[in-house]
Amino acid sequence: MMSEHEHQRDIENLLLRPERPVGIIGYGAYVPRYRLPAKEIARIWGAGDEGLPVIEKAVAGLDEDVITMSIEAARNALKRAGIDPRELRAVWVGSESHPYAVKPSGTVVAEAIGASPHIQAGDWEFACKAGTEAIVAGIGLVGSGMGKYALAIGMDTAQGKPGDALEYTASSGGAAYIIGPAEEALATIEATYSYVTDTPDFWRREHAVYPEHGQRFTGEPAYFQHVTSAARTMMEATGLKAADFTYAVFHQPNTKFPQRVAKELGFTPEQIKTGLLTPVIGNTYSGSSLIGLSAILDEAKPGDLILMTSYGSGAGSDAFVIRVQEPIRERQGKALTTQEYIARRTEIDYATYVRFRGEITVK
Amino acid sequence: MADTRPEVYIAGIGQTNVGELWSLSLRDLGVKAIRAAIKDSGGLQPQALFVGNMLAASASHQANLGALLCEWAGLKGAEGTTAEAADASGGAALRLAYTAIRSGIVDVALVIGVEKATDVLDSDIDSLSVRTLDSDYEAAEGLTPIGQAALLMQRYIYENQVEREALAAFPMLAHANAVHNPHAMYRKPLTLETYLKAGILTEPFNLYDIAPLADGAAAVLLTRRELVPEGLGHPLVRVAGSSLVTDRLALHDRSDPLFFDAAAVSMQRACQQAGITPAQADFFEYADITTLHAILSLEAAGLSPRGQGWRLARDHAQWQKESLPVATMGGYKARGNPLGAAGVYQAVEACLQLRGEAGDAQLPQAHIGIIQALAGTGSTAVTHVLMQVEETN
Repeated sequence: MMSEHEHQRDIENLLLRPERPVGIIGYGAYVPRYRLPAKEIARIWGAGDEGLPVIEKAVAGLDEDVITMSIEAARNALKRAGIDPRELRAVWVGSESHPYAVKPSGTVVAEAIGASPHIQAGDWEFACKAGTEAIVAGIGLVGSGMGKYALAIGMDTAQGKPGDALEYTASSGGAAYIIGPAEEALATIEATYSYVTDTPDFWRREHAVYPEHGQRFTGEPAYFQHVTSAARTMMEATGLKAADFTYAVFHQPNTKFPQRVAKELGFTPEQIKTGLLTPVIGNTYSGSSLIGLSAILDEAKPGDLILMTSYGSGAGSDAFVIRVQEPIRERQGKALTTQEYIARRTEIDYATYVRFRGEITVK
Repeated sequence: MADTRPEVYIAGIGQTNVGELWSLSLRDLGVKAIRAAIKDSGGLQPQALFVGNMLAASASHQANLGALLCEWAGLKGAEGTTAEAADASGGAALRLAYTAIRSGIVDVALVIGVEKATDVLDSDIDSLSVRTLDSDYEAAEGLTPIGQAALLMQRYIYENQVEREALAAFPMLAHANAVHNPHAMYRKPLTLETYLKAGILTEPFNLYDIAPLADGAAAVLLTRRELVPEGLGHPLVRVAGSSLVTDRLALHDRSDPLFFDAAAVSMQRACQQAGITPAQADFFEYADITTLHAILSLEAAGLSPRGQGWRLARDHAQWQKESLPVATMGGYKARGNPLGAAGVYQAVEACLQLRGEAGDAQLPQAHIGIIQALAGTGSTAVTHVLMQVEETN
């Protein structure tokens, strides 16, 4: 039988920890200003006002897409990092709503923010965890010493089929992170761990306009199984308990799922409050856990410990243990905060929404 | 002339949990329940397998369940076939197995009700279940079985001046009983407040008026008395009455749509065969597919006057005086509704009561139980009277 010591060693081996410690040296959020209340969607489809999954969701304007939104978030991250964009060694964008099926978002973002041509650039896709997957890759690049800084973005203008349950939550927004050496970090990344399986809970085929999903199958065997597996393994391997964390943030497809998963893992409502943005901006898909993290970093203090766990359908979860460091104090105020973006609010009706989202056939 | 045909006994039972069983396939479920029933019977080897199933050919992309389950349950070469009677398929499979043993043609028969409802989306289940209606005259008009039950409920409420709140008592009773059933889908009590707050699904039914569709498999093993192995370790149950009756398929062809005629006739025939009246039974496992089904089942059984069934659940004293315990393990509503398996779950649950093995759900007195499976709004009704056998084997 395996001894306790051997078990602990084996589980610690599951963690990803680079040779060279790394961290977040800059971060930036972006939320488009338009808000569509869930009640307005319910009005159109003849549903009641009871039990709606969010209060309202953020909607990208006519002139916005994942590329423009990524550029703004990346510029905010650069402001906080205080580095020359030409020092970036990678620009990676995780999304499930890249404007082009073939042609990278990453190259457009890279040029727009002034990165050099001597970089890695490309797009990531793993449903809602494409952004955190890009961060893990950034940790590898920086942690191996192959590059000093890597920019990883999670951003979406998510698609919800009109009339489908997902229409209430599928929203626009996200956040950008610059990964760099731990000694420059406003928050160090202590470890990451990913848990993935072949679980077909949500998908969109090539040429399909809207994703499909397995209804209740998206809950227990998908979201809950992966998020709790990733978070539990991470906590066991690092020897950390829920009470050790100042904050926790989970992928938030609606209001209830992250609340329930937090409770199951032993976190209090207080620990998840700051990062739980879905009720007021909806589910930003690839941006969901990452924009929750940016809201936490906006108010965190040195020494705070954060657990972030993303979820992407298909399915997998990435868990991160993040420790806030001293430089956070002087960098928080260098760009607009997540809450400042949320506060810029212009309410729209359903008709405006379908126009913005290109749902009206005009030619 | 004396009836020399063999009496039919239930020598073994088996069931899986009922619910969203994401990690179990149709065949996994079937095999689990079959093996459990064979083991419970002391290892009797079935010669024939009767499968109750409603949707597998479409929802599970699998027909020919007789061959599939015989092979996977290790019953090589056994007779195996599927009985289909919509939601009453499990009851129909039990009826076929009963006739096989009673005729003397088969010595040991196994009834397996199995359904895998969660491999397709809810909307797909809706369109598949429509096929159990009259395709040309009902389905083509856009009716669904649940929608049809809702229309009937509206009419029932209108004709009998029903207080809407009183209907809460049916699902509340089911949930209260399921708390004690370890295999049930919902083991939490339902409060009146929660019931009244629930969203309307199809007027007048709210979320709690409609039994939740679920995966599950249940099995019972039938044989003659003399073939039961010695030292079985649990009491036997005798199938004392059995009747399957059909009504006109389309609701609009019935002269009195608010009375489940097939249910009433099937109840009378099964009870007559068993030599009892329905009221002489100790409990009644009815097919509470919706609250309407619960009410009309009580009225069809004669356990409540016409138009008064809805009052029973509200008035507990009156219920105890006039009617029988129902849904003792949660019924369709709280145990879950595994469609073609539901009728076999009723048999398993009744056996648990009659064997004194129902745990915290055990009724103080359980010698005779009636189970009744219904298809759609009563187009097929299958009733069985099960009796405790005093001698233990």
